[in-house]
Amino acid sequence: MKTAVSIAGVELKNPVMTASGTFGSGQEYGEFVDLNLLGAVVTKGVSNVPWPGNPAPRIAETYGGMINAIGLQNPGIDVFVKRDIPYLRQFDTKIVVNVCGKTTEDYVEVVERLGDEPVDLLEINISCPNVKEGGIAFGQDPKAVEAITREVKRHARQPVIMKLSPNVTDITETARAAQAGGADALSLINTLTGMKIDISRRTFAVANKTGGLSGPAIKPVAVRMVYQTAQAVDLPIIGMGGIMTAEDALEFILAGASAVSVGTANFHDPRATVKIEEGIRTYMDAWGVEEIKELVGAVR
Amino acid sequence: MAKEKKTALVRSQERLGDDVFSMWIREEEVSRARAGQFISIYSKDGSRLLPRPISICETDRKAGAFRVVYRVVGQGTREFSTYKAGDEISILGPLGNGFVDVEDHRRVFLIGGGIGIPPMLELAKNLRCEKQIILGYRDQVFMDQEFEPYGQVFVATEDGSAGTKGNVLDVIGNNGLKADMIMACGPTPMLRALKQYAQDKAIECYLSLEERMACGIGACLACVCKTKDVDAHSNVHNARICKDGPVFRAEEVEL
Repeated sequence: MKTAVSIAGVELKNPVMTASGTFGSGQEYGEFVDLNLLGAVVTKGVSNVPWPGNPAPRIAETYGGMINAIGLQNPGIDVFVKRDIPYLRQFDTKIVVNVCGKTTEDYVEVVERLGDEPVDLLEINISCPNVKEGGIAFGQDPKAVEAITREVKRHARQPVIMKLSPNVTDITETARAAQAGGADALSLINTLTGMKIDISRRTFAVANKTGGLSGPAIKPVAVRMVYQTAQAVDLPIIGMGGIMTAEDALEFILAGASAVSVGTANFHDPRATVKIEEGIRTYMDAWGVEEIKELVGAVR
Repeated sequence: MAKEKKTALVRSQERLGDDVFSMWIREEEVSRARAGQFISIYSKDGSRLLPRPISICETDRKAGAFRVVYRVVGQGTREFSTYKAGDEISILGPLGNGFVDVEDHRRVFLIGGGIGIPPMLELAKNLRCEKQIILGYRDQVFMDQEFEPYGQVFVATEDGSAGTKGNVLDVIGNNGLKADMIMACGPTPMLRALKQYAQDKAIECYLSLEERMACGIGACLACVCKTKDVDAHSNVHNARICKDGPVFRAEEVEL
């Protein structure tokens, strides 16, 4: 049985990755899962300087999901390079660094800093709904997506994955724009902008008022968008959005994703990633699937 | 062995007040927890994904069991309140740092406010130093008698229905109480006042904080609190309550 998949020339031993922001830089989850068993670890977004993030409360549970407005708190590229990359490098897994910024120059600065680091792929976050500048501001306008993709590609030494926002009318437009800008792969979807009201305090459940909705509540939207994008562009897709089980992951793969990222499920079960990986093999075994690649985009 | 969610057995559950419940749970590892640590309890309902962080009220190592006392505040805790002896539940823990050790010669205020009272019981049981235990309630009093064996107990209620009318600082003031150390858990306004009191009196003070959590293990950065200095992990003025706390030295945190 072959579970290996290739994303922009980087071979992952299996298609299970972590979703940025839900897994830190792997260290906390290293107590729960053998990181060697993962296809890749996608780090929390890192910026050129430390970011303090948003005020608390930063999260709220919603039916079948959660809203978060962490605001991309991160220690900045210097600490990340010194502490987090060496930690992850101890494991036989691929490292995908999620990059965030407020301006194009911010993104470029981080990408350049990572040029000589032992990381395998870059995931450019142009779709965070919880920061005022940068983030989603880049991700909703196809022209801006193409421009920032091109600029990042010009400076990147590693293959570039553009992470797309679902908060658009037609995701294939931004997907095509990223392709036109030279993206090597796409990841989708980021969270859907949502809101929850606390009726006893008569205020917003998260201090930021709005937050990103994730979890199984958004999965059908995510599967649909992965399917549409797979039809529209000729790039490998990393699918995510509410994956809780191997069955969920397989839906994404059949819809056209070459790999999947597991996010909110980690909060429900710190061992979710490895259980999903095992479940995918069980499915392949039961259905006589010799190579996982046979499943990618098999539903048309 | 890698850590993981564990299945634990409910031994008993009783109601202590209108919305306060007490549950004994059998689980070996958590029965050896430090005072001030907490566990995550996972809902059986798939629509509720996030675990609820609940403080450990007391432990019984011999029986391999521990107790939680919690308030029903939403659908998750409402579900927990329906658990009965023999039910299997899903938990993770013990989590967090817990309270520090205290030398026997110290004079300590153990202060709990509302649903911050339960974790002070295990601490009261463990500390051998002189303890003055001050419990603050809005109205309905619970668990106060359970503290009696471990020190002098003072009660404050906001509505004056029991003990001193007012808050825990009114208890200290009205009774002229003195200590050289404070350990407390409760609502933020209470902790803020205690931090100020400790600063004015120049005494050591430890506060157990609370915030909404997602992962409970230090990865998601949901449950942060402001810190005075740049925190080593975050490299900004934020500490993680679940991992770096929930107990902090008062002067470390900004409330």
